[in-house]
Parts: sequence; structure tokens; C-alpha cells
Amino acid sequence: MPVSYGTLLRAGLALLLLALVLWPQGFAPVFAPFAPEGGPVIYTRASLLSLSLGHLGLVAVATLASTVVAVLLAILVTRPAGAAFRPLSRTLTNVGQTFPPVAVLALAVPVLGFGTGPTLVALFLYGLLPIFENAMTALSTLPPRTMEAARGIGLNRWQQLWQVELPLAAPVMLAGIRLSAVIGLGTATIGSTVAARTLGEVIIAGLLTSNTAFVLQGGLIVGLFAVLIYDALVQLERRLTPGRPRPA
Amino acid sequence: MSLRSGLSPPGLLFAVLGLGAMALPFATLSANRIVAGQGLALWQVAGPWATAAALAAMALALGLGLRGGWPWARLLGSLLGLGALLGLLGHAAPRLLAEAGEFARVSPAAGAWCLLLVFMMLMADALSVLRPGPWLRLGLLAGALALLAALFASGLLADLSVFQEYRARIEGFQRAAARHVALALGSLLAAGLIGFPLGILCQRRASLRAVAIPVLSFLQTIPSLAMFGIMIPLLSWVAASVPGARELGIAGIGFAPAFLALLLYSLLPVVANTVAGLDAAPRAAVEAARGMGMTPAQRLRSVELPLALPVILAGLRIVLVQNIGLAVIAGLIGGGGFGTFVFQGLNQTATDLILLGALPTVALALVAAILMDIMVDLTRHSPGEAR
Repeated sequence: MPVSYGTLLRAGLALLLLALVLWPQGFAPVFAPFAPEGGPVIYTRASLLSLSLGHLGLVAVATLASTVVAVLLAILVTRPAGAAFRPLSRTLTNVGQTFPPVAVLALAVPVLGFGTGPTLVALFLYGLLPIFENAMTALSTLPPRTMEAARGIGLNRWQQLWQVELPLAAPVMLAGIRLSAVIGLGTATIGSTVAARTLGEVIIAGLLTSNTAFVLQGGLIVGLFAVLIYDALVQLERRLTPGRPRPA
Repeated sequence: MSLRSGLSPPGLLFAVLGLGAMALPFATLSANRIVAGQGLALWQVAGPWATAAALAAMALALGLGLRGGWPWARLLGSLLGLGALLGLLGHAAPRLLAEAGEFARVSPAAGAWCLLLVFMMLMADALSVLRPGPWLRLGLLAGALALLAALFASGLLADLSVFQEYRARIEGFQRAAARHVALALGSLLAAGLIGFPLGILCQRRASLRAVAIPVLSFLQTIPSLAMFGIMIPLLSWVAASVPGARELGIAGIGFAPAFLALLLYSLLPVVANTVAGLDAAPRAAVEAARGMGMTPAQRLRSVELPLALPVILAGLRIVLVQNIGLAVIAGLIGGGGFGTFVFQGLNQTATDLILLGALPTVALALVAAILMDIMVDLTRHSPGEAR
């Protein structure tokens, strides 16, 4: 059965990830052939656990902040009072998403300096776009009959929003959050070039000293985190979408 | 609704933001290209007459933006505002430099960037209300590019520090531009050559689709730096063990790993949109083609693919814009492109060098997106003429 294969694969990858982060010395024989002659095989300048926590924390804070702001903005724009902003916001999200995340990160440095700050701001700003786009689409394409029924049973506007609109829009919004989280994980990796403490540090150290063992080690850990988080959010979306095919 | 007449709420927002931006430092004067400079307010950078003229023009531009009913006037207003902004910068830079040291640099500061953003948003808002058709959009894009080229050729902005940085490395810039475009377009082409047949096969065989699409989505999930990094040992191994690979220019660092990483990222949008486009071809049209006695190959070529073209092109748009952005990472693994400047700039904390890499990347991505959108619209309007 494909389901059990999937579960097995997930568990296996999660275990591999845990081992890579918590017990890096154990992989020395695996990475040794890639290290330069006599060079270090395993990254020891910082603990992989603290880098992982820093990386995930950064993405979590940024994605959470983007979610709150983007959903609020989407609610405002889909109310009658905010309708005049709708064409503009659609254009801005379209144009904004053509901006490369790396460029946003690089442009944040002249304004905010080096460190975790600019990375956080870049992740937050860029993360707004997919969430806002999905939330706006979901909130403006709700089935009119459901909305009529909600009005018919006497819900006020606030109740309509809270009890009908937001729950119905949740799966599509979650797809936007997943997109933002995945982009955030990738951008945070590059954040180590602007001195944010993330797992990208391991890869960059490998690139600077031509130590492929570091590159592989960092790349594997970041890649596994991204794949597992993406997969977990897809599963969550499926749970939240009863009896409907998963929106793309 | 205030779209037809009266006050435009976005226009009011732009006016408030614009007036606020005028209070921020307008330009930065620094002793050389590395040190932090000193911020100068809008009214400190030029003589009274030039400042008054620029301020009046920008105020008029924001005022034109306030009226809801005239999108063309608002578009004109945004151009007027941009003109005044750039004019003031261009006028101020040589004056400020004349009074400063030999290595001094003048660059736009937060206020100028915010004003640029406000006028661009005004332009975007006017355009989103005007909803120009594809040909008009093409004309507007050509006009904007021509204006930009004329602006650069005129030398008005030549004393701004980004342009000084550019003049110091014209050759390197041209090489980086060529390499960046080669990476983005080359990987797009390769993704098309592999992705179209794969997409067509996936649409025919559910079993292949069930494997290919999830695998390709997982590939897309892998952070770019990790992907580019993992390509290095892979390709060093290929170069070392496959005879003839090294002669073809395949090596662990440089163009090859960057190209391969971009190609892997490109496959999902191409394959998924080919499948979606073919799936969406109306059944009636396919049935009619079958009724006319067309072979499966003929049906694919003359019915299904033309009908799927807008969706396939939308996939190519995603790939192109994404690749232009991701090609920046190539700068970290010696693959060239604008990323070289971005990461050099980050290393040296040289803001102008970062801008020299980031601004052309953003512009390239924007132009590519607009062009591809126009193509998608054109094929959608006249599927019969599409090639």
C-alpha cells in the first residue's frame, strides 16, 4: 500500500535528520571521502542543534508574523470598505512575487545592516505575498449560497467572518503559508551570507574552504528539514479539507 | 465605489506616504564607497529653485493621484513624480560631489527610495484600473524601456554611486549579464526539452504522474543553497569518472552545477502545467478531432497542444522568473551572473556593489514576467493563431 510506504519513508527521513543533527560525528566515515586531505570532516565551529533551532525559529517567527499581517490585510481588502484597494493589492502581489527572495535579502542589508534582523525582515516581507494572495483569493471566491445561508440564519458580519469565511478559506490560506515557509527556509539558508545564524553557515563554510563534506552535511540537513516540513503542511491541509480534492 | 469619480482611497494613501517620505533623508553623502555616510534632507541637496521645482512637481504628481476617475492622469502623475525625483537626484549629485573629497559618493537615501516606491505604486494602481490589453502593455513596456535607456544614455544619473560602481567594472558587468541570461534561458530551454515530453507522458499515464509530480515537487522544496551545494560533489564525480565529461566543460564548480540546479527547479512548473493544460482541453474538441479521423499524434499537435498553450506558457513564466532570481545563487559557487556582485558586495559591505547586482536582477525578472504575461494573454485571446 502506498500509504504505509509513505509513512515508512517519512519516519526514516525524520530519523536520519535527527541523527545528522544530534550525532554528527557518527557520519564522519560517510562524509570523509568528500573532505580535503587532512581537513575537518564534521562541522564543529557551532553546534548543529543550535544552528537548526536558530534556523527554524527564524522561519517560524517570520512566517507567523507574515500570516497574521497578510490575513488581516486580505480581510480588509475583501470587505466593501477596502474594495478600492483590491486592484492595487493584486498588482502589488503579482509584481512583488517577481522579486527574487535573494534580492530582497540583499537589499535589506543596506537599510538594516548585517545580522539576523535583515533576514527576519526579508523573510517577513516576502512571506506576506503568497499568504495574502491565497487568502484574498479564498475569501473573495467563497460559494455565494453558503454566504447567503450564513446571512439567512442571522449571523452578523463578525460571526460570518469568524465562523464561516475563515474556516472555509483555511485550506487555501494554509497552502499559501506552506509556500511562504518553504521559501523562508531557503532564504534563511542564504541569510548566513548576511551573518544570520542559520544552517546555511555550514554550507557557506564548505564553499569558502572547498570542503565538500561541509557542503553535503549542511545541504542534507537543510534539504531534509524543508522536505519534511513541506510534507507535514501538505498533510495538515488534507486534514482541513474534508471531502474536497486538495487545492493546488 | 470611488473608481469612477471622487477621491481615490489608494491615492490618499500614496499622498500621505509620499509626504512622509519627503521628510526622510533624501540622499547620502559618504567619504568613500565603504563607510557609512551622512544623510541629507530633501531641501539640503540642491539650490532653492531646483528644490522648489522638484517639490512642486512631486506634490502635483501626488495630487493627480488623488482623483479616482482619471486613470490616465494618474499614470501621467506617476511619470511626473518619477521624473522630478530622478531629476533632483541627477541635479544634486554633481553639486554635492564638487564640495566633497575625491573618493566621495552620493547615493539615494531612504526618502528617495520610498518616493520611488510610492510613485511606482501610483503607476501600478493606475495601470490596474486601466487594465490595458496585451498590445498596449507591450507598447507601454517598450516605452518605459526606451525612457530608461534614454535616461542612462543622457548621463543625468552618472554621478550617483551605483553608476560609478558600474563604470569601474563595465566589462565584468556585461559578462555577468550574459552569464545570468544564459543560465536562466538555457535552463528554461533544457527544462522545456525534457519537461514537455515528460508532461505529455504523465498526462497519458496515471502511474507515471503519481511518481513524477511528487518527486519534482520535493525537488522544488529543497533550499536553493543546499541544491547548488549538493550539485558540486555530484558533478565533480561526473567530471572525474565519466570520460569526456571534463572536455565538455563539466566541473564541480562554475556554470555546470548552477545550470543543473536551475534545470531541476524548472521541471515541476513545466511538467505540472503541461499536464494541467492538456487535462483542461475541452473533451468535445478532442472527441471532434477523433471523429474527424485524426491519429493520436495529429490530435496532440493540432488540437490538444494549441488549446493547452496558455497554461503551458504560464508554467514557463513561473520558471523564467524563478530562474532569474535563483541564478543569483550561482554567484556563490563560481557560476557567475549578477550574484557575483551581490555576494562580493555583501562581503565588502559595499552597498553600491550589492545594488549593482540586485537591481538588474529585479529589473530582468520584472521585464520577463511582463513579457510572458503578454504572451499568455495573446495565446488566450487567439488560440487559433498561436504557434
